[in-house]
Amino acid sequence: MPGSTSHSPAKAKIAVRDLTMAYGSFVVMRDLNFEVAEKDIFVIMGGSGCGKSTLLRHLIGLREPAKGSILFEGEDFTATPAAERGRFIRRMGVMYQSGALWSSLTLAENIAMPLEEHTQLPPGTIRELVSYKLALVGLSGYEEYYPAQISGGMNKRAGIARAMALDPDILFLDEPGAGLDPLSSRRLDDLILRLRDSLGSTIVIVTHELASIFAIANHSIFLDTATRAQGATGNPADLRDHSENPAVRLFLHRGEETEAPAPIRS
Amino acid sequence: MIAERMRHNLQVSATSTMMKIVPHWSWRLVSRDYPAIMCFMTAPEATPPRALWLRDGGRVLLDLSGEWRRGGTEPVIEGEAGDRLPEAYVTDGLGTFDSTLPAFLLAMIRRMEAAEPPLEGLPPNLHGLMELALAVPEEIEARGEPEESTPIKVLGAASMNVWAGVRSINEFTGQSMLSLGRFMAGRARFRPRDFWMIVEDCGAKALPIVSLISFLIGLILAFVGNVQLANFGASLYVADLVGIAMVREMGVVMTAIIMSGRTGAAFAAHLGSMKANQEIDALRTFGFDPFDFLVLPRMLALVLMMPLLTVYSNIIGILGGMLVGAAVGIPPILYWNETLSIVTLENAFLGVFKSVFFGIVIAMCGCLQGMHAGNSSAAVGLATTRAVVASISAIIVLDSAFAAIFTILDI
Repeated sequence: MPGSTSHSPAKAKIAVRDLTMAYGSFVVMRDLNFEVAEKDIFVIMGGSGCGKSTLLRHLIGLREPAKGSILFEGEDFTATPAAERGRFIRRMGVMYQSGALWSSLTLAENIAMPLEEHTQLPPGTIRELVSYKLALVGLSGYEEYYPAQISGGMNKRAGIARAMALDPDILFLDEPGAGLDPLSSRRLDDLILRLRDSLGSTIVIVTHELASIFAIANHSIFLDTATRAQGATGNPADLRDHSENPAVRLFLHRGEETEAPAPIRS
Repeated sequence: MIAERMRHNLQVSATSTMMKIVPHWSWRLVSRDYPAIMCFMTAPEATPPRALWLRDGGRVLLDLSGEWRRGGTEPVIEGEAGDRLPEAYVTDGLGTFDSTLPAFLLAMIRRMEAAEPPLEGLPPNLHGLMELALAVPEEIEARGEPEESTPIKVLGAASMNVWAGVRSINEFTGQSMLSLGRFMAGRARFRPRDFWMIVEDCGAKALPIVSLISFLIGLILAFVGNVQLANFGASLYVADLVGIAMVREMGVVMTAIIMSGRTGAAFAAHLGSMKANQEIDALRTFGFDPFDFLVLPRMLALVLMMPLLTVYSNIIGILGGMLVGAAVGIPPILYWNETLSIVTLENAFLGVFKSVFFGIVIAMCGCLQGMHAGNSSAAVGLATTRAVVASISAIIVLDSAFAAIFTILDI
């Protein structure tokens, strides 16, 4: 994997500033600060229930921050009134945990719906686009299947295809590998890497699957359940070997205690 | 007696502690030195579970023996240890055991609130289980600390819930109206196919059940009415009774109740599972308004179908009455003419008028509960129940209000 890319604010696709997330009076995470650079595969990791998915919901505008702000290409996304957020949201693609395909529609209709809504393309072109997107994720020939008729792994891949329907600049994937067998999970990782390389999109992934993290991520944030704050940011492999935060090392070593790190290479 | 027993126990303990989970007959073979032939011939008799407190110098020991199995007899506890935990265990007489034994020990240790109780003398597998059970739990993944509840807090939380409920209903009504406004202005978007499927589902597909219920209601009204009216020799007025009752009240109310259970519940379950599956989030992400997309077509479909179903129900109910009339000697032609003379257009219109409101109420209750369902399958069930209860209650309350208004207006 490439080492961590440089993160100058000018190139940051997403910049999170002092973000505090809360459900009512219950603070999930406080004072998060990180940036996602263009063409990064950025992983949000942390233990179960630490607020990874909540952070994702903030990034895609489904929840309001209790404090702080989120900048999308330098523009304050959270300060924009909800009605005007469409222009940001239209450039994001989201795959939810289990795919969240609309269950009353076929795969083709699922992917066609955003296109019909947001473009003026003729039906023939939409059909071509739909079968191209499905082919990208390896689901050619499944156009007329309903989500309930295909496996969980296929649902996730179809979810990615739908997330890419409007050619987003940035893809958000919520636990793409969860509940998949090792081979499907691996195939999904390969798919994600190839999509990044060939489409040039920025990808933000919520996951706690270590194998996936080391295989695909070049930048990451670790959310620490114990302190309710960010544990570290950086390249996952670097964090594993050189992080000064024992919680981060423990997580990335699957619970094995490790020695205090050697100084981080410059 | 006890001392003797202990001596015996201590002698055999070295050989027997290894053998606890092997079948009953074989440990007996080893530890008690019974002739082998005996072991194969006698079925293992279940020795009752027993816990015996022993004293060995200053130490307190607990002797566990017998078969500790679910469905066996209650354990017999003998001797007294006061408030002390055993410093060691004697387990030579211990047969096979399942979870009942570790559960018994754990409960005893918990009662004493000992931090690190001694587990000496337990067979290795039981020792391991007890260590696991006594391990300090890791930090519980936080969802906030559980708060102690006092009656005041419970009352406060209940009132806050009621207030939150009222607010969410108002918010939902407002959003529905805005959505309706967008529809009128031609700006609301939903898939026409979805709309027609909902129309089919809450219209044509509801006909069989509406037919059955309405027909039987007409029948029942006629039967009950006839028993009373026949006393006055006024059987013919059964037609008036059934006609008025059906078109003003029973037709529309029964249809609304059927639709609450059938369609309102379906709406709540469908939207609730869509929410649990994050499909509603996905709609938002792609810039679809979930109200326009999900609530509006359902409301429109019910508003369109309820009056039609009500008219249908009225006719079927009157036919049911006519059947009873024929059975008690009122010719159908006579019955029909009598019905026509009493059921005016105004009367018939009242029921249909109410059905529009009932349709809105059913759609709103179903969709509200569905959209506000929690994120689990149990929450979907709860939402469905709430939707049905809420819409049936609302229908009856609304109907009473209509009855009062119509009485005052003298219609």
